[in-house]
Amino acid sequence: MRNSFLAQNPSMLWFIALLAVFTIAVTLLSEVTGVGLISTSFVKTLGKTLCLCLVAIAMDVVWGYCGILSLGHFAFFGIGGYAIGMWLMYARTEGIVLDSLAGQPIPPTPAEISDAIGNQIFGVVGSSEFPMIWAFADNLFVQLVMVVLVPGLLALVFGWLAFRSRVTGVYLSILTQAMTLALALYLFQNDSGLRGNNGLSGLQNIPGFEETSQATISILFFLASAVALAAGYVFFAWIVSGKMGSVVKGIRDNEARVRFLGYHVESYKLFIFTTTAVVAGIAGALYYPQAGIINPGEIAPIASIYLAVWVAIGGRGRLYGAVIGATFVSLLSSWFTGGGAPDINLGFYTVQWTDWWLVLLGLSFVVVTLFFPKGIGGAFDYLVRKPS
Amino acid sequence: MLRLLSLAVSFWLFLCTALQAQSLQDILQTHADEVQKPSRNSVGVVLDDLVASGLPQVVPFLEGWRDREIVQRSPDGQFFRLIEEGDVARLEDLDSGEMIEADAGAFKDLRPNGGVRRAIGNALVQFQLSDPDIAKRRAAVDAIARSMDVSQLGPLQASVEGETDAELLKKKQRLAGMLVATFGETPEARIEAIDALSGDLSVDVRAVLNTVLATTTKVGVAIPEGVNLAETLEVGADLSADEAYARLVEAELAPAPVTPAQIRAALVANIEGDTVGGVAVSALGSDVARAQAYDRLAATGSVAARVPDANKAEAVADHVFYLEYAEPDPAITDAAREALNDIESRVALSQTVDLGLDALSLASIYFLAAIGLAITFGVMGVINMAHGEFIMMGAYTGFVVQQFVPDYTLSIIIALPLAFAVTFGAGVAMERLVIRHLYHRPLETLLATFGISIALQQLAKNIFGTQARPLTSPEWLDGALVFNDVIAISYIRIAIFVLAVLFLILILFVLKRTRLGLEVRAVTQNPGMAASMGINPDRINMLTFGLGSGIAGIAGVAIGLYAKVTSEMGADYIVQSFMTVVVGGVGNVWGTLAGASLIGFLQKGIEWLNPSNTLAAQTYMILFIILFIQFRPKGIVALKGRAAAD
Amino acid sequence: MSMLLEVNGVSVTFDGFRAINNLSINFAEAELRAIIGPNGAGKTTFMDIVTGKTKPDEGQVIWGDKNTSLLGLSESEIARKGIGRKFQKPSVFEAQTVRQNLAMALKTPRGPFAVLMHKKTKPNAQRIEAVAEQIGLQDSLTRNAGELSHGQKQWLEIGMLLAQEPRLMLVDEPAAGMTPEEREKTTDILKEAAKTRAVVVVEHDMEFVRRLDCKVTVLHEGAVLAEGSLDHVTSNQTVIDVYLGRSHA
Repeated sequence: MRNSFLAQNPSMLWFIALLAVFTIAVTLLSEVTGVGLISTSFVKTLGKTLCLCLVAIAMDVVWGYCGILSLGHFAFFGIGGYAIGMWLMYARTEGIVLDSLAGQPIPPTPAEISDAIGNQIFGVVGSSEFPMIWAFADNLFVQLVMVVLVPGLLALVFGWLAFRSRVTGVYLSILTQAMTLALALYLFQNDSGLRGNNGLSGLQNIPGFEETSQATISILFFLASAVALAAGYVFFAWIVSGKMGSVVKGIRDNEARVRFLGYHVESYKLFIFTTTAVVAGIAGALYYPQAGIINPGEIAPIASIYLAVWVAIGGRGRLYGAVIGATFVSLLSSWFTGGGAPDINLGFYTVQWTDWWLVLLGLSFVVVTLFFPKGIGGAFDYLVRKPS
Repeated sequence: MLRLLSLAVSFWLFLCTALQAQSLQDILQTHADEVQKPSRNSVGVVLDDLVASGLPQVVPFLEGWRDREIVQRSPDGQFFRLIEEGDVARLEDLDSGEMIEADAGAFKDLRPNGGVRRAIGNALVQFQLSDPDIAKRRAAVDAIARSMDVSQLGPLQASVEGETDAELLKKKQRLAGMLVATFGETPEARIEAIDALSGDLSVDVRAVLNTVLATTTKVGVAIPEGVNLAETLEVGADLSADEAYARLVEAELAPAPVTPAQIRAALVANIEGDTVGGVAVSALGSDVARAQAYDRLAATGSVAARVPDANKAEAVADHVFYLEYAEPDPAITDAAREALNDIESRVALSQTVDLGLDALSLASIYFLAAIGLAITFGVMGVINMAHGEFIMMGAYTGFVVQQFVPDYTLSIIIALPLAFAVTFGAGVAMERLVIRHLYHRPLETLLATFGISIALQQLAKNIFGTQARPLTSPEWLDGALVFNDVIAISYIRIAIFVLAVLFLILILFVLKRTRLGLEVRAVTQNPGMAASMGINPDRINMLTFGLGSGIAGIAGVAIGLYAKVTSEMGADYIVQSFMTVVVGGVGNVWGTLAGASLIGFLQKGIEWLNPSNTLAAQTYMILFIILFIQFRPKGIVALKGRAAAD
Repeated sequence: MSMLLEVNGVSVTFDGFRAINNLSINFAEAELRAIIGPNGAGKTTFMDIVTGKTKPDEGQVIWGDKNTSLLGLSESEIARKGIGRKFQKPSVFEAQTVRQNLAMALKTPRGPFAVLMHKKTKPNAQRIEAVAEQIGLQDSLTRNAGELSHGQKQWLEIGMLLAQEPRLMLVDEPAAGMTPEEREKTTDILKEAAKTRAVVVVEHDMEFVRRLDCKVTVLHEGAVLAEGSLDHVTSNQTVIDVYLGRSHA
């Protein structure tokens, strides 16, 4: 069985090997563990890119394999980030508050500590009360469970409602987009309990690691992201190969046929939708401590559309395609918008890429969907396999 | 006009005869001290005498006094108006208007303070109420409406009789009624005035009634006899136990509780070595330990004792809490309560109507934004994520036209067809270049058109900048149609409503009565069959897409008129537009209308329930739509049978 | 004789159009039956009702020895009860191999977790090969279904039905677009299948029906017009009117 799984996924071994080489190379070139050719901020960028690759794989499974164009998976990613961000922010603020209260003539009571933390965290939205959803913010374990549980439950409930009433195709896409929009709008409110549009910040400071430098933390998160990506890749490769993969692809290509074969299509969709949502949440929980800040803007519908675009450009229906797409587009995007790309002087007009990158990106979606429906991964396949 | 003039003349003559009897200077000299150093209280006597004299010079004098133009000549204490022309200062006699040269230093300025000047202003209002200039009369009435002072009642009532302007007369009577309701001398007069107010929905009338109904919270062992009781407050329902106890403390009926902060401060103040009241300082990190330490301190008498919770509850239970009207006469408060209830129920009714109108105009906007989408999505099954950007293109077309055609009416007339043409062209180009190749891949269409959408958005940003551009509506669309104090709808919204209705009729006409519509419906229902009947589906698809996009352009002009034109305006409407189409039922103009109405009314309804939070309203609305689609996946107006099966 | 499937007084209306009108029809175990009728007679709608795709407005659909009602069950539940359906348009999973297509149809547990933990076994492989031989695709097991000819796709879909091991097979126009030789083979496959189960064939082509040599039910305007051998029904005057003389009527 093991053999047949690997035999069906030769790309998986290649991928793991390449990822390992890349990870070792970055570790050796970084500031703390290596020669220092790669800056800490670039290590963070690479670590974040690995997380984006992970959520892109999840997107590829739900869209490329199961045919559900979900415009909500970046919302699940964001929820994961919020769940872990709550603990990071709470624990760090608690440390600061305890330090500042230590000089008092008499020791503080739990209520005083909690009030002071509440003031620090929610002062910015004019409140000092802890909302209910922060009930377990002091407990890392519970918040880690939340990373998995909240996106999973949301996906389960939403998916159950949507699949049960046989909402498919573009309708489902719009419905997921509506869900994302509702979530983003909710989080934008000051009384959402998650600091409104301020979001959660200071997440790069890991409580308990105050003495550790950001350079070390960045490489630790980078490694964790690489491990998560590898695990996610193997997990999804396992899911989409074999009989499960057959059924899931069958649903994508001809839902009715699968149904008349006796499979309960809704359960399969729900399984895929929920599993990928959970993985998206985990990816988000690894991403945002590296980004340092999360706010509702990250969850806005456009982010989920970008996610779909990465997968489309990388090539749907092949896991490495999602990785290629996410890496390529997100790194290219930061190169162009970060001013890395040289301006082009046309004589009568100078093209500044910070202004024109989105135009280029937008038009490239059109080109990819029209001329390269299989994306970069498709071209890759063509090169690797001999044309039959 | 003539009558007004003759009235003014006769008034003037009357005053001239009075002049013979007494001069202004005489009155002023009688009260020289008060004029010299007026206070808010003492000035009243002077003003009363001045007003009673009926002299015509009084008004200009009061204006001068208020504006600090009046001086007192030093040697004889006579009052003059100071007129400065460049360096030359001259004094004007207050009665005769005669000019006298004056040496600097020979007179002293009068410097009435703010309170006095306000009192002077009030006195002036009475004269202005009958001023021949209607603008001054209006200003005087407005001033009274602002101050709502009892002293204005008499002059106001007196001026009602001579008022010639019908509108202002009504206003004066209404204002007088409000003053009587508040300050009238007899209860009968007040009740009558209050009853008369009950037909009026305006905010100031409600404010007057609320003043009459003003209450104060009282606490006591029992409700005393003869109190005009508004309401008995129930602890637990109307006010919390803590609030109730705080009231008791305020009324000095119970000892003040010791707050945690006070406990903490007391403990800090009483630290002796490592202990407070025998408890180790390091153990004071809990409320129980702190209470224990504090109680020990209290036992020694160094701090006030804590009030046990049981005592608090007992104290609260032993007292009654109630609201008492400031107005002692129950007949008056009853009348006011009745009038207010009456008004409030009418206001609620009007608000419902107003909300309905608001919702209607929102629905019109959603309809305009979505109908083009309904055509492309419903008829062709094509998702056009760039639809919002076509709306934006239409709005920017309007903006550009206004740069060249300064006449707003003309520019809008040009902009509407031009916006249609521009977005029609853009739609046709997009259909030919992109969508045509993706007809059987709807999800890819979604992505490709999304690419176009962000490209267009960024392009607009590059061309027009990020700041909002105005699209100015013609003057005749400014203002609002006002039905009463609550119901009002701006003309621009009416225009958008009319536009939406026109488009509904137009589209129904095109689809049901024209060759193009017939062919479109044929292609929608069975493209293969339509093609074999000699209809060119390519051409139909192109025209349909152009039509849908063109309507988006016109919607853009309409939306731009009432909102700002920005590169992101399209994105604001796209999700709502999709929901309108999906909720209404795809492929049906009536469905879009139903969807737009549902979403428009729903959004306004939720905003009404939770007016402070439009974000929450939108969130709930989307959740509602998600649930709605669970129960009617095919929308409100659903196609049934085999046609809808695939 | 106890019936495998009983359809009693079923009616269904689409937007005022009565697609099925008080239809009653029964099938026995191990029976081959052809259903014929002009366009719009309700053949496809009848299959939709039996397989759970369309809910009838009234009537009963009763299945099997325990007389369970099929109304209210989902498509997949009905399929698991032993009713297989082949669509008019060949619908196989073109992106997957013939073996994968058959493996998916094979009668094994259908739940997501069972499927996720599914392991390939020898007996299953043998069953797949047996079915492949039955439909003449034993040499194409590793080919993608999309590469098959039209006729082969039809057979593959019939093969998938066989792999499902249903007690009732509903087959919609299996011979459409086939060459005469392919038709002959299709007939053989269906006749063979009907020895152990009920097979209901909806067909337009009289020649094909004649070759099936079985009981024929004629549907017209959503109800049974005639039933019996092909010769019997084709000699029925009303059937002739419906098929040939509609313009005279």
